[in-house]
Amino acid sequence: MTSGPHLAVALDGVGWHPAAWRLPEARPEQVLTAGFWLDQAVEAQRGLLDFVTLEDTLALQDDPFNPSTDGTDRVQGRLDSVLVAARIAPATEHIGIIPTAVATHTEPFHLSKAIATLDYVSTGRAGVRVRIGWTPQENAHFGRRDIGTPRLADAHLGDQRSDIADLFDETADYVEVLRRLWDSWEDDAEIRDVATGRFVDRDRLHYIDFEGRWFSVKGPSITPRPPQGQPVVATLSHAIVPNRLAARSADVVFVTPTDRADAARTVAEIRDEQAKAGREQETLHVFGDVVVFLDGTTATARDHKKRLDDLAGAEYRSDAHVFTGTPGDLVDLLLDWHAAGLSGFRLRPGAVPHDLTGITRGVAGELRSRGLFRNAYEADTLRGLLGLSRPANRYAA
Amino acid sequence: MTKQIHLAAHFPGVNNTTVWSDPEAGSHIEFSSFVKLARTAERAKFDFFFLAEGLRLREQGGEIYDLDVVGRPDTFTVLAALAAVTSKLGLAGTINSTFNEPFEVARQFASLDHLSAGRAAWNVVTSWDAFTGENFRRGGFLPQDQRYARAKTFLSTALELIDSWRGDELAVDKAHGVFLRDPDAGSFAHRDDHFHISGRFPVPRSPQGRPVILQAGDSDEGREFAASSADAIFSRHGTLEAGQAFYADVKGRLAKYGRTHEQLKVLPAATFVLGDTDADAQERADVVRHQQVSGATAIKLLEQLWNADLSGYDPDGPLPDFDPVDGENTIARGRASVRMHRDPLATAQEWRGIAESKNLSIRELVIQVTGRQNFIGSAATVAERINELVQADAADGFILVPHVTPGGLDEFADTVVPLLQERGVFRTEYGGDTLRDHLGV
Repeated sequence: MTSGPHLAVALDGVGWHPAAWRLPEARPEQVLTAGFWLDQAVEAQRGLLDFVTLEDTLALQDDPFNPSTDGTDRVQGRLDSVLVAARIAPATEHIGIIPTAVATHTEPFHLSKAIATLDYVSTGRAGVRVRIGWTPQENAHFGRRDIGTPRLADAHLGDQRSDIADLFDETADYVEVLRRLWDSWEDDAEIRDVATGRFVDRDRLHYIDFEGRWFSVKGPSITPRPPQGQPVVATLSHAIVPNRLAARSADVVFVTPTDRADAARTVAEIRDEQAKAGREQETLHVFGDVVVFLDGTTATARDHKKRLDDLAGAEYRSDAHVFTGTPGDLVDLLLDWHAAGLSGFRLRPGAVPHDLTGITRGVAGELRSRGLFRNAYEADTLRGLLGLSRPANRYAA
Repeated sequence: MTKQIHLAAHFPGVNNTTVWSDPEAGSHIEFSSFVKLARTAERAKFDFFFLAEGLRLREQGGEIYDLDVVGRPDTFTVLAALAAVTSKLGLAGTINSTFNEPFEVARQFASLDHLSAGRAAWNVVTSWDAFTGENFRRGGFLPQDQRYARAKTFLSTALELIDSWRGDELAVDKAHGVFLRDPDAGSFAHRDDHFHISGRFPVPRSPQGRPVILQAGDSDEGREFAASSADAIFSRHGTLEAGQAFYADVKGRLAKYGRTHEQLKVLPAATFVLGDTDADAQERADVVRHQQVSGATAIKLLEQLWNADLSGYDPDGPLPDFDPVDGENTIARGRASVRMHRDPLATAQEWRGIAESKNLSIRELVIQVTGRQNFIGSAATVAERINELVQADAADGFILVPHVTPGGLDEFADTVVPLLQERGVFRTEYGGDTLRDHLGV
């Protein structure tokens, strides 16, 4: 591998622009089929990207940055991203696959074995992005708990207790349970000792005995330790409170800097939190998210985006930086931000397939031509692609 | 009229019928084992592939039980991955209602049905125990007497969510910018004693509409539930008499729900041992039974009935001379079979009678009284027997449980299935694409 940035793509329907589905080459009628997702993953793999992420929530799609009057003009409806990941895993060979899971409303025991199993069916290419489920809509779908009145704005209040901070703290506990369960079987626990009739050595299976403020989980997992030992855990962060979650719990954090200085500031803040969490020796990749509208020239890229904005009736807005231009100009920007401390980028294609191939062929190709991106996959696992070693088991003597 | 047989393949379970010590036995966790069995089942034109459930490692005498296969993957994840390597085979998963919420299970099955293009099936189980609940944040959050009521409303609530999309809501009209015809598509509101939920279900209607519903309970309530709501029953009545009685009972309950006999398939679980001749198969069956019940396993199985530590007993010696310990069974945890010993004293008396009359050791007795294979014989004999049971209305088919992973179905697929096909009682090609097509439900 070179010293260039890591490169990933964030898959979300037919692209991140709300009007992307209306382009002639878009296939919105196929978003609920396996083939639609497989084709995108295969395209990303063709570009030798590190991984794809799959967006998900426990509700219908809702884009607060680009509000719709009644939602009928948007792609609506989506599948459980962990199952989409499992469906595409056996049909791909190299690319990492990171679905999204909502910690607030789901069982860490179920998710732990689901991601461990994703790691088995992908032979070591699994990760999971963990998020909170803070909206009243998601909460009403479960009707199980009082989550207070979480406000995203409160995530900027560092040391002040808030309902949103509680959800992030709970998520840190949740990830701790995932990780303990992944380690709850030592690698050599299955002994198949015919002489004594023992299938496992029970001394190499471990109760995790997690007890926290929100839940307790006994363990061990029902699923043996996955191929990577610890599948990759990712989070998305825009503020100090989720930065702390990333610093405590994640291997990869996606951030949304607006410029190079903001990127440097964000990385510094995360490194500071990482040190406070006692994890300065561990690798925590900070990936910059950028929404991209790409074409061969700046003018045609602008036409491409304007066409989409005209269809939507409003200029596209995002939590992340929006780039419109050529792959070459984007690479210039990415390398500038990379120099400021970002270890990689998760690009969000404005429209699929146009901007997906813009990434997989254009951007990846441009980086490669500068000697800054792989010519072939150099590792068999997602951890390997990210330069993460296979970790020792916390319970092994 | 000659009935068509339905067949399913059960991935070998986490129990002593699975012989992990066999030289042919492969991994129970590597995906390649699941692929192998599923592809064999699809090659043989089986209706579906089946996964059982167990959400806590079993324990006996306060220790993790180590004599059987231990460990299994996540059901939904494996089934979604198998959808990538099969194209017609149904994909059935056992998912219980206690450690899940209707919204997430409905979303997972609807997703699986889309991703498999209409091949998803849900074996609904209502089991619960506090022991398993220790792995879950919501475990034990309900008093015991409310848990069964919750289980009953769980399925209907999940189906209500799945049905919240009719199937005609997606316009996908690029020219006019209308993706969704109905701004309220997927809306639901449900309130009962257990679930108070509302909102919009995020998965539009899937190819099968609803996943195929399997039911496994044997109680009166369970049978009624199956008659009202299930497409197939996973029963344990595989013999002629018991099968016919069960079959008549559950089919007889259908009319009051306005359903016909064809709308509920009765599929007992069945084990099998094949041989070149019937005598050869008998010999092999005996060897398999001894593999399944080692001396150590015999003692452990006996402890489950006796509800006591019998580790000091010799498996080649006689039964304990004391009666089973009365009261709540605490010796073995996390297994369904413990609850099957409803009257331990009577069962022990019966077993003692058999042991004394035949002069059997503990191990030989356990081999005899537990889990003998349903079908033993040459391929011709087994094909004949299966067909007889189906035509005599003891079953509509069988869920076959091989004892070796992952190749344990190969011989059946290669030798028994062609004979059933020759008789015209089993499909030679899939007639449709969905599991509902295969089952005719």
